[in-house]
Amino acid sequence: MNKIALIIRREYITRVRKKSFLIMTFLTPFLFALIFIIPMLVMNNEDKDFKRIAVIENGSDLFKDVIPDTKDTEFDYRSDVKFDDIKNNFTEQGYYGVLFISPEIVSSPDAIQLISRKQPPIGLLDHITGSLEKEIEKQKLLAYNIENLDEILKTINTSVRIQTIKMDESGGARETSTGISMALAYLGGFLMYMLVFMFGSMVMRGVIEEKTNRIVEVIVSSVKPVQLMLGKIIGVALVGLTQFALWIVLTLALVTVLKTSFLPEGTMEQIQQLPRSLADADQSVAGATGTTVTPEQLTDFQELFAGALNQPWGLIIFSFVFYFLTGYLLYASLFAAIGSAVDNETETQQFMLPVTIPIILGLIVAMGTMQNPESSLSFWFSIIPFTSPIVMMARIPFDVPGWEIALSMGLMLITIVGAVWMAAKIYRTGILMYGKKTSWKEIWKWMTYKG
Amino acid sequence: MILFEAKDVTKRFATQTALDGVSINVPEQSIYGLLGPNGAGKTTLIRIINQITAPDSGALFLNGRPLKPEDVNNIGYLPEERGLYKKMKVGEQALYLAQLKGLSHAEAMRRLKYWFKKLQITDWWDKKVEELSKGMQQKVQFVTTVLHEPKLLIFDEPFTGFDPINVKQIKEEILYLRERGATIIFSTHNMSSVEELCDNITLINKANAILEGSVEKIRHDWAGNEYEIVMAGEVTPSSNGLFTVLHSTFEAGKSTVRIKAAEPADSNGIISAMTAAGKVLSFNPALPSMNEIFIRVVETKNKEALKN
Ligand SMILES: Nc1ncnc2c1ncn2[C@@H]1O[C@H](COP(=O)(O)OP(=O)(O)OP(=O)(O)O)[C@@H](O)[C@H]1O
Ligand SMILES: [Mg+2]
Repeated sequence: MNKIALIIRREYITRVRKKSFLIMTFLTPFLFALIFIIPMLVMNNEDKDFKRIAVIENGSDLFKDVIPDTKDTEFDYRSDVKFDDIKNNFTEQGYYGVLFISPEIVSSPDAIQLISRKQPPIGLLDHITGSLEKEIEKQKLLAYNIENLDEILKTINTSVRIQTIKMDESGGARETSTGISMALAYLGGFLMYMLVFMFGSMVMRGVIEEKTNRIVEVIVSSVKPVQLMLGKIIGVALVGLTQFALWIVLTLALVTVLKTSFLPEGTMEQIQQLPRSLADADQSVAGATGTTVTPEQLTDFQELFAGALNQPWGLIIFSFVFYFLTGYLLYASLFAAIGSAVDNETETQQFMLPVTIPIILGLIVAMGTMQNPESSLSFWFSIIPFTSPIVMMARIPFDVPGWEIALSMGLMLITIVGAVWMAAKIYRTGILMYGKKTSWKEIWKWMTYKG
Repeated sequence: MILFEAKDVTKRFATQTALDGVSINVPEQSIYGLLGPNGAGKTTLIRIINQITAPDSGALFLNGRPLKPEDVNNIGYLPEERGLYKKMKVGEQALYLAQLKGLSHAEAMRRLKYWFKKLQITDWWDKKVEELSKGMQQKVQFVTTVLHEPKLLIFDEPFTGFDPINVKQIKEEILYLRERGATIIFSTHNMSSVEELCDNITLINKANAILEGSVEKIRHDWAGNEYEIVMAGEVTPSSNGLFTVLHSTFEAGKSTVRIKAAEPADSNGIISAMTAAGKVLSFNPALPSMNEIFIRVVETKNKEALKN
């Protein structure tokens, strides 16, 4: 076998077999899957048992029958009992809880209590406060003695929902959700930062191990130092790609398993129908009424889901793999050079700083990018090679002109050639040098050695 | 024929000179010892031969032509600080290093099996290196060094860390390797191994070669007019004008007498004086051990250095 292939194989196999690799590979998809699943669970797992709630006002009957019943909740207005009489034995009387509205409610919004044994679902609370707010508004308006108030209120009763539609250059409209884009930008930028840093420093630790253990002195009698360096960098890159691929596969598998086992039957069909029915949203709202999900929730979710589906997934995954490989290559070669120049891990600090600053700067700009994807700061940092992998990943969900991506990728490729060449020069000299503290001046000398 | 030659090698580090014009000539299929106190420059010379460090000046020759970078393929090197991947399994690692040296998987496997069996370390195959003791690791590294049967073998202190049985075993293997055609250079502080193994040595002290040549010749040169005479029966010869008796012992019906001859030594006169005292079984110059020579040479040098 080719010697460099042997080195790659060893680097790959020893790392893939490590416990930490296995743990990372199998735990991370659970995290990813949870991110997908939790919103669905929250939405669907609200308890849907039928509830009766006693509404008590202690005397006045300002809010009699103000709160309409919903599909699974009945509001029983009790003018015959006092709050203190029922608040300790409502369960025995078949109530889920007691809602106490004190007369001060008009002036003080805190004068309302819901007593129950269980944590009431957020939907229920929204329903109660919404109904009461409306009623109080109405009462306040009534004080102005407006004629036909009821009709007026009916006609002005509107609800607003924002649909964000972005026009691309060809004029086609695509529905996106800013929330999803932001989440993807965050995830992409942060994951890129984490992976480049993690695998880059993995290379550095490997180089230091070989140097301090003098393994390299034995190995350079068989292979050139540069081969050893490239073999290590490529081997670790393959580890990264393997992990990435496994993450995608495992996450998809997990999401599928969790979906089918945790979501009630029927929900899946609904969710799958969402993108189709999005074409005419009104209809789908109408069609969804009467299911387990309330219309508002369904519409929110629908938008979210459609927004996710409408992301440029192909571009995102391609760019992620591209920027991971190139960003990693850039930083791994710098890290390898650092590892070769020092005698132990504690000595790496003075050299690490200038290398980590651009990575961290990239992360900071990437986080700002999510607020303002079109800023010139984001633009420049997504073009400059040292920060572009992280910042560009944060920009792509917000639509980036093709030429910008092409420019950024092109610059990245050129930079890598330079970085690997430079790192190889440092590595070749540094890896066999020991017993003396390396300075920047020294490194500069190694780089400019000819040959 | 000279297989390897280093000419006037000088190496300076920031604060001191590690080698100052040292030359060595290593004949083919011989064992060459590098001796010297700590910090003398032995490891530095060995690293220069392996082209790990470049000398400041001087030249290196293999088979009469200048040493080339590719020549490291024909050199097996056991570094002073042993280097193996700690987390890797012994067998896997030996196989990896052997394949890097250019052996095929099958051939590497065959040779490893042979060596592991020979050194009785077969059951270490699946152990991680970090689970082995220092000496055990060293044994594994010895195997990986010699496995590809290079023409030139360089061991930096091969015996440190070994128990007496393993020292004996490794000595035997070194002799066996020479028999099979290898040329061996090694540095050591184990003087008895020098007497047993080395054909030639160089003694380096403070960056300079202060003694070199064949072990035989050096020991004779340093014999210092002492002789050992074995005689039948219990005999106690007395000193005379020709020699002084240093000590004598009687054991198993034989007396061993150590004498120092007067300058210049008149061996015939001594022998006839001895035969007059009893039956002479043997008469030999008493060779000093390499240990004695090492200490005497280095101490003399250091005293000279103090005077200047
Ligand atoms: N990398 C280095 N930087 C600076 N000085 C060094 C370096 N390597 C060796 N030296 C110095 O060179 C001299 C020779 O060192 P070397 O390691 O060759 O000694 P040695 O003969 O192998 O000693 P030992 O018997 O203890 O192994 C020492 O004084 C040492 O301090
Ligand atoms: Mg040494």
